Amino acid sequence: MSAAKENVITVSNLDLWYGAFQALISVNMAVEKQKITALIGPSGCGKSTLLRVLNRMNDLIPGVKITGEVLLEGRNIYAPGVDVCALRANVGMVFQRPNPFPLSVWDNVAFGLKVAGQNSRAQVEEIVERSLRGAWLWDNVKDKLDHSALELPLDQQQRLCVARLLAVEPEVILMDEPCSALDPIATAKIEELMLELVKQYTIVIVTHNMQQAARISNYSGYMLLGEMIEFDETSRIFTSPKDKRTDDYISGRYG
Amino acid sequence: MRIPPKYTQMIAVAVLAGATLATLAVLLFIIGYVLNKGLPVVSFQFLFSNPEDMGRAGGIFPTLVGSVLLPLLAIAIAMPLGVGTAVYLTEYTRETRATKVIRFGTDCLAGIPSIIFGLFGFIFFVVMLQFGWSLLSGGLTLAIMILPTIIRTSEEAIRAVPHSYREVSFSLGATRWETVMKVVLPNALPGIVTGVMLGIGRCISETAAVIFTAGLALRLPRSVFDSTRTMAVHFYTLAREGISNENAYGTAAVLIIAVLLTNLAAYWLMHRFIARRTK
Repeated sequence: MSAAKENVITVSNLDLWYGAFQALISVNMAVEKQKITALIGPSGCGKSTLLRVLNRMNDLIPGVKITGEVLLEGRNIYAPGVDVCALRANVGMVFQRPNPFPLSVWDNVAFGLKVAGQNSRAQVEEIVERSLRGAWLWDNVKDKLDHSALELPLDQQQRLCVARLLAVEPEVILMDEPCSALDPIATAKIEELMLELVKQYTIVIVTHNMQQAARISNYSGYMLLGEMIEFDETSRIFTSPKDKRTDDYISGRYG
Repeated sequence: MRIPPKYTQMIAVAVLAGATLATLAVLLFIIGYVLNKGLPVVSFQFLFSNPEDMGRAGGIFPTLVGSVLLPLLAIAIAMPLGVGTAVYLTEYTRETRATKVIRFGTDCLAGIPSIIFGLFGFIFFVVMLQFGWSLLSGGLTLAIMILPTIIRTSEEAIRAVPHSYREVSFSLGATRWETVMKVVLPNALPGIVTGVMLGIGRCISETAAVIFTAGLALRLPRSVFDSTRTMAVHFYTLAREGISNENAYGTAAVLIIAVLLTNLAAYWLMHRFIARRTK
């Protein structure tokens, strides 16, 4: 691999317990800047958990214990004194189900700005428009910014969630099965959008859809029962995996 | 002998519909009876003039004022405390033995007869703290009385806010406090308002706790340290002492209408609020 490779996130020797259950076992992973990294594996393998480690969303669950190191641009995000709110604004998240607030389209996108204390109306207007354009939603909603976000079709809701995230200007975007509630056409649109976003942002995506991982990601990690079995360039994972278990999974012989 | 399902179905419908009708009929009968007896007395004069001769003649204006001020004061004290407690219990603590004890405590508090609150208010606020029979003593006592209702309804309303809203808010960099203020409370508001309305309803109709703490004065209160009389207490006094049955019914009629109007206003406000949030 080339020397110019720049990692935004480095996970080393990460263990995570939910109470007595160990959900992640000594996981190592590097996320390269402005690339798409996909996490694949069967349900319950820990890929969503790993995703939520990266912006400390697991902190909200009682009884979670984490050891190891997660470096974001060289700084351990689990070090004492880290501003978790700033971290989460920097490492944003798109969830499995589109989950706009029951507010207007406008208020959804402006939410993060209000939280961040941005009060200048002109500034907010500019950022809201830029974010909606960035999520390819502007032309769909520009005439109904004051309508409830819940009136939008599901795929537009999901892109609204992306716009809401872009408004807080994150560096990394985590996506937790962002297409699982969408039909194939809407899925294709989100995938296209991801390929556009990755020119500016670093993306980590959890997906159950292996074709999706193969189509859009630069790197893939195959996880099984809390372990990172194999992590490599996507082309290699899908053509010449080193581990037999990875081979079984991607060729559909799993289980 | 087994009754065929067709008939059990019919019987069930008849019994259930009968129960509903009976409930409605009782409600309508009470309201109709009181309004029928009371409305002839009610006039502009009756509403806005002072009582004379202990309420035998004249109007009910001071008690109208008392019935507005006392619940307002009670709500002003109980709402921040109650909603604050509910937020703390749901958002800031995990389910532990301590929160269970607190919840059990509020449930017990809700079951205590109002006369006990009255007695406590009399001993503590009126006598010990020397607030005397006053709006303040009455307001504090009623606030304690309705606190459990407000805590529990707010708690339920806050719990009903989908967890995903909180998750999104946190994921966008909001603190817990910002999440509470910008996401949780706005979405829980209709439920919280319902609890507050229940509280106001209890305050307006309360007699026992009010007589002991706010007193029976028929003057207009000039400050929170003045005694006042609410419509419910006025009604009770007029009827109990046999002063004037006509005026008692008149007061009752006004009381019923006032409660109806408050509820209507609350529903209207709530729907307007919801409509504005999700147009």
